[in-house]
Amino acid sequence: MKKIDKVLKKYDYKSSRIIQILNEIQEIQNYLPKHVLEYVSRQLKLPLSSIYSIATFYSAFSLKPRGKHLVTVCMGTACHVRGAPAVLNRLEEKLKIKSGDTTVDNRFTLKTVNCLGACALAPIVVVDDEYHGQTTVNKVDQLVQNYEKD
Amino acid sequence: MCRTEPGRTKYIVCNGDEGDPGAFMDRSVLEADPHSVIEGLVIGAKAIGAHQGFVYVRSEYPLAVKRLKIALKQSEEYGLLGHNILDTGLNFNIDVVQGAGAFVCGEETALLASIEGRVGRPRQRPPYPSEKGLWGKPTNINNVETWANVPMIILRGAKWFSSIGTKTSKGTKIFSLVGKINNTGLVEVPMGISMREIIYDIGGGIPKGKEFKAVQTGGPSGGCIPKSLLELPIDYESLTKAGSMMGSGGMIVMDEETCMVDVARYFINFTQEESCGKCPPCRMGTKHMVYVLDRITQGEGKDGDIKLLHNLAENVKLSSLCGLGQTAPNPVLTTLKYFQREYEAHIKEKRCPALVCKNLISYTIDAELCGGCTICAKNCPSDAISGEPKKAHTIDQVKCTKCGICISVCPPKFNAVKKVSPTLI
Repeated sequence: MKKIDKVLKKYDYKSSRIIQILNEIQEIQNYLPKHVLEYVSRQLKLPLSSIYSIATFYSAFSLKPRGKHLVTVCMGTACHVRGAPAVLNRLEEKLKIKSGDTTVDNRFTLKTVNCLGACALAPIVVVDDEYHGQTTVNKVDQLVQNYEKD
Repeated sequence: MCRTEPGRTKYIVCNGDEGDPGAFMDRSVLEADPHSVIEGLVIGAKAIGAHQGFVYVRSEYPLAVKRLKIALKQSEEYGLLGHNILDTGLNFNIDVVQGAGAFVCGEETALLASIEGRVGRPRQRPPYPSEKGLWGKPTNINNVETWANVPMIILRGAKWFSSIGTKTSKGTKIFSLVGKINNTGLVEVPMGISMREIIYDIGGGIPKGKEFKAVQTGGPSGGCIPKSLLELPIDYESLTKAGSMMGSGGMIVMDEETCMVDVARYFINFTQEESCGKCPPCRMGTKHMVYVLDRITQGEGKDGDIKLLHNLAENVKLSSLCGLGQTAPNPVLTTLKYFQREYEAHIKEKRCPALVCKNLISYTIDAELCGGCTICAKNCPSDAISGEPKKAHTIDQVKCTKCGICISVCPPKFNAVKKVSPTLI
C-alpha cells in the first residue's frame, strides 16, 4: 500500500485526478485489484461505485489479473485492411483464448487496441512493450513460441 | 468567444485524444515538435486570459506523453511557462492529462468530463465549452494540429496562411496516408489538391499492381470515396458532399482485395463498442446495424436487409446526441451508395467478390500450378492439407479453418493456393 499512498500523494488526494491515479496503480499492480480500489475509495472519499464506473468505462483498465505477457493486436483500419483479423484469429486459435482473456497457465493475456498510430508497420502486434510490425498470419506461431520460453 | 466571457478563471485545452483508427498526425506533432503546441497554447492563453492549460493525450501514445512532459519542463526552465512569462505579466501553466482508452473522449464535452475525473460521456450543447467548459468555466478547446498552426500564423500573418488552400478551406492539412499504398506516412498538402495527386503522385500508388478501389476518409465518422471520384479536390465541403468528411485527416486506401461490406461492418462495430451508451439511438441503433452486417458478411443476409440498413442509418444519424452517433452511419451509407452491388452479391449470391468474408470463401489448391513442395502442408495448423511430395496437394474443406497461412507461405513461383467464393461446401 506504500506505493499506492505515494501515487495518491503525488496527485494531492484529488478525486478529479482519479483516471491518472488508476493509470499509475495499474502500472504498479498490472491490474486494478478490488482491495486497492476499496482503499483508494476510502482515501479519496470517492464512492466505490464511481471508481467502478470509471474502471469499467475506460478500456485501458482491467479488473482481472493479466498474464505474464500482454499481447495486443492493433485493430486500426490500416491494420484491418492489411489482415489484422486473420492475425487475431490465429492468435486466438494458438493461445486457445478469446480476445480479452488470459491463458490458463497465466502466461498470456490477449487484447485488441483501436489504433496505435503506427500504421506504416501494419498489421502490428505488441507484446509487452515490444512492437512487432508486419506481423502476417504465418508469423504468429513463431512469435508466440519466442515468448513461451521465458 | 472565450475572451468576452465574464469571470477570471478560464481554461485552455488541447485535444490530443486522436482516436480515429488510421490517423496519427497528432501523435507525430506531439512526439516530434511538442514546443509548437506549447507555443500555440501560450498564445491562446494570452488571447483569452487563461492561467491554466491542459493537454489531453490518449493512453495509447506513451511516447508522446513522455516527450511533451520533457518539453514542458524545458519551457518552464526558459521562462516560457509559469509566472510572469517573458515579463508580460502573463501567468500560465500546462498540465498533461493521460486518457484511458475511450474513443468518445475525442468529443469535446466528453473530453472535459474526463479531465474532471469523470466518465467521458458527452452532454448536450449549448452551452458550448466557450461559455461553460471545465468545472463550468469558459474554456477554449482545440486540436493538436490547430494549436501547432497558431505560432506560424502569428509569425507570418493571417494573409500568408489564407493565401494557401481554397476559398473556404484555408491553409494546409496533414493527411495520414495508410492502408494499401506504397508510401505509408503523413503528408502535408495545400487544401484543394485532388485525391489522385495524393494517392498516385505522393503515395506512389497501390502495391503489387493491384487495382485501387476506394479511399476511406474521416475515420469512423467518415465515408468511403470510390474510384469515380478520384479527381475530387479535397476540402471540407467537397468531402462532405461526397458523404464523407475531413475529420482528423485519416486516409485509408483500399484495393480490390478489400471488401466494402466488411469495412462497413468494421466501422459500425467500432462505433458500437465505443458508444458511451447515453442516448438510445446510438446505443441500440449501432448495435442493430452490427447485427445486420454480421449476418450479411456471414452469408445469412436476407432480402430487405439493404432497406433496413438505410432506415437504421438515417435514424441514428438524425436522432443521436453527439457527433459520434450522428456520423457513425456514414461508412454504411457511403458504401451502400457507391458499392451496393457488393452488398447484393453477399445477400443474394452468398458471395464475397473481394474474397475477404471468411464464411463466404474457401481455400483451394490449383492442381496444375502446385509443385508439391509440401510447404503448405507443413505449415497448416489444422492438418487440412494432404499430398505426396512433388505431386499436387489438396485441402480438406471440413478440416480447414480458413486461417490463410497456406496462401501466404505458397512460394510465388507456384502461386497455387487460391481463394474462391462462394464456398465449396
